[in-house]
Amino acid sequence: MEVRSMHFKARAAEAAADRALQAKLTTAKGLFVEGRKRAVAEIDLEATREAAKAIRDTCVADLDLWLERFETEATKRGGQVLWARDGAEICRLVTDIARRHGVKKAIKSKSMLSEEAGLNAALEAAGVQPVETDLGEYILQINDNEHPSHIIAPAIHKTKEEVAELFERVHKRPRKTDIGQMTREAREMLRAHFLSADMGISGGNFLVAETGSVALVTNEGNGRMVTTLPRVHVVITGVEKVIPTLEDLATLMRILPRSATGQTISNYFSVLTGVKRPEDTDGPEHLYFILVDNGRVDLVGSDFQDMLRCIRCAACMNHCPVYQTIGGHAYGWVYPGPMGAVLTPLYVGMENAVDLPHAATLCNQCGVVCPVKIPLPELMRKLREQQVERGLRPWGERAALKLWSWLARHPGLYALAAKFSVRYLNWLAGGEDRIRVMGIAPAWTAGRDFPAPEGKTFRELYPEKHK
Amino acid sequence: MKVGLFVTCLVDLMRPRIGFAALRLLEAAGCEVVVPAAQTCCGQPAYNSGDRRAARLLAEKLIAEFEACDYVVAPSGSCAGMIRAHYPELFADDAAWLERAAALGARTYELTDFLATVAKFDTLPGNFSGTVTYHDSCSGLRELGVKAQPRALLARLPGVRLTEMNGAEECCGFGGTFAVKFGEVSARIAEKKCDNIRASGADAVVLGDLGCMLNIEGKLRRMGDEKTKVLHIAEVLAGES
Repeated sequence: MEVRSMHFKARAAEAAADRALQAKLTTAKGLFVEGRKRAVAEIDLEATREAAKAIRDTCVADLDLWLERFETEATKRGGQVLWARDGAEICRLVTDIARRHGVKKAIKSKSMLSEEAGLNAALEAAGVQPVETDLGEYILQINDNEHPSHIIAPAIHKTKEEVAELFERVHKRPRKTDIGQMTREAREMLRAHFLSADMGISGGNFLVAETGSVALVTNEGNGRMVTTLPRVHVVITGVEKVIPTLEDLATLMRILPRSATGQTISNYFSVLTGVKRPEDTDGPEHLYFILVDNGRVDLVGSDFQDMLRCIRCAACMNHCPVYQTIGGHAYGWVYPGPMGAVLTPLYVGMENAVDLPHAATLCNQCGVVCPVKIPLPELMRKLREQQVERGLRPWGERAALKLWSWLARHPGLYALAAKFSVRYLNWLAGGEDRIRVMGIAPAWTAGRDFPAPEGKTFRELYPEKHK
Repeated sequence: MKVGLFVTCLVDLMRPRIGFAALRLLEAAGCEVVVPAAQTCCGQPAYNSGDRRAARLLAEKLIAEFEACDYVVAPSGSCAGMIRAHYPELFADDAAWLERAAALGARTYELTDFLATVAKFDTLPGNFSGTVTYHDSCSGLRELGVKAQPRALLARLPGVRLTEMNGAEECCGFGGTFAVKFGEVSARIAEKKCDNIRASGADAVVLGDLGCMLNIEGKLRRMGDEKTKVLHIAEVLAGES
C-alpha cells in the first residue's frame, strides 16, 4: 500500500474538523470500550495479560526455532510454507500460485498483510479477480477500493446510510434501510463468488507450531467459506504470529476477542490444519502459508521488540483519544492508532512517517488496555529519541528545546526569562483573564483561549511571602 | 518530616497561588517544607520530545536539589510521575545515578497522594461550597494510581458534593507539546472533555495538573462557558489564603 503518512499533520487537522466522522467513531467506541470492560471483568485480567505476554515473548525470543517447527509440522500435513521478504514478494508468490493452479477468481477474508502488499491490485494485474468477503472489506472494495480505517472494523468510518447508498448504486437494487436486509443483500452478492472461486486467501491470527495449524478469529462466517470451499487456500501472515502450542492458543483466545470486540469468544473460531484428506468432506486440496517479514525480523533484538507481541486486537485505537478524533485514514498506511504510530515508521521508514510517533498525548490508555502489555507510549518516545539522534526534527523545534533546556539549567537566567515571559503574556492578555490570540503559539489559540498568568512567578513571590 | 516542594515550572509561571496552596497544606499537615530556590523543571518536555540528554541533565539537577529531603511533593501527577516512573529509566545505563534516581523516585509523591497516604492529613482548611467533578489526569492516574486520594480528600470538605462526569479518566488532549504540534486535534479532544464536564452539571471541575487546567479552562472559555470554574485540587483543599 502506498505510504501517505507524511501528510499526517494536514489530514489529521482535516479529520479533527469532521464531526460526522467523530459521531461514527463515538458510536463504535461505545460498543468496543464498554464491551471490553464487561468482557475482561469475567477473567483475571492482569494474570491473563501477564500469561499472554509471556507466551508472545517466548515466541519472539526463539522465533526461528518456532518457525522451523511450524514449517516441519505444516509440511507434514500437506501444506507448503513459503517465505516473503516484503510486499512485492507476497504479490509474486500469490500470483505464481494462482497461475500454477489456473485461478481466475480469489475470495479473500480479512488480511492486513495483503493491505501491506497491495495484493488486490497485483492480482488484478495478473488477471485474477480478487473478491473481499468480510462485510467491511467488501464495502470498501466496491467503493472504488477504499482503504480500511481500522484493523478489525475496516469500514468504521461509514454510516449505515452511506452503505445503503453505495449498495443501491453498485448492486443496482432498490435501496434498503435495514441492516439485516443490507447484510442479506451483500450475502446474495457474495454467494456466487464463494461458489465460483478457485482460490481462498486468508490472514492468520496465530500459527500453531506444534500442529502446523492456522487459527482464525472471525465473526461473519466468511472466513470458513474462504478457507474450505476453494481448492486452493493461501494463508498470508507475519512471521511473528507463530506460537508454540494449542494450549498457548487457548490462553491467547481468552484475551483476544475480549480485548477486540468485547466478546467472550468470536462467532467463529477456526483452527485449520493440513489439506483435505480422502475422508474429509471439504477443505482445500492445496494449502500454502506465506510467512512475511516486511520489517518484522529487524525488530527482533531491537528497542522495539515488544511490538512483535501485538495480536492485532485494536484495543489501543479503540481507547485512543487521538484515533477517536481523527479516525484511521489520517495515519496514512495500513495500521492506525497507537500500534500504527509505532509500526508505521518502523516498517515504512522513519522519514516517511515523522509525525506519527508524536501523534499521541502519551496518556497511556493504550498501554493499560493492551492485552500483551506493549508499552506503546514508551515505544513512541523511543522513536522520538531516534528522530532527535538522526536530526529529523524541524530546526525551530530543536532550537526552542535547546534554549529552554539551557535556561532551565541556569536558574538565575531562568528566573529572569520566566519573569519577562509572564509580563509578556499578561500584556498579550490586555487586562483580561485570557489570551485570545497568541502569536508564538497560534496552534493553541486557534481552537481555545490561553488563560492569562497571575502576574508574578512563584519564585518572585516566595521571598516576599516567606521572609 | 522534611518535605521538598517541587513547585513545577507551570505553577511557577502561571498559577503561583497553587504553589502556595500546596505549601499551606503541607505545613498544616505538620511537614517541615523546603522550597529549593534554584529548582526549575523536571525535564519532562525534553524527555517527551526525545531529547534524552537534556532530560538527563535536568533530572540530575533536580535529584541533587531534593536529595536531602525525606519526601518530594509536587502539585502535579505529571511531574511527580516523571520523577518517580521515568527518572530511573533515564539512568538505566549509569548504576550510581540510577540508585540516586530510584531512591528519590520512591520518595516522590503527587500532592493528594502524599496528603492521603503518607501524611494521612484530613483536617483540611478548604471552604469551597458547591458541586464539583474531578478530572483524572493521565499521568497521575495511570503512572501513580492517583484516583481515590483526591476524592477521599474532597469528601472531607463539608460544602463539596462530588459528581462524576462521563469519561473522567479520558485524556483532555493536552499532551505537552502535542497541544501545539497538533492544535486542531488537541482542541477537539479538549472539547469532548469540556462537553462531559458541562454535562455533569458541576459548578467546578477540579483537577491536579496545570497542563490539563490551562487546556480545559481555555477550551471552556472559548466555548462561551464563563460559569464553570476550573480549580486545582490544592486550591480547593487549602481554601482562600
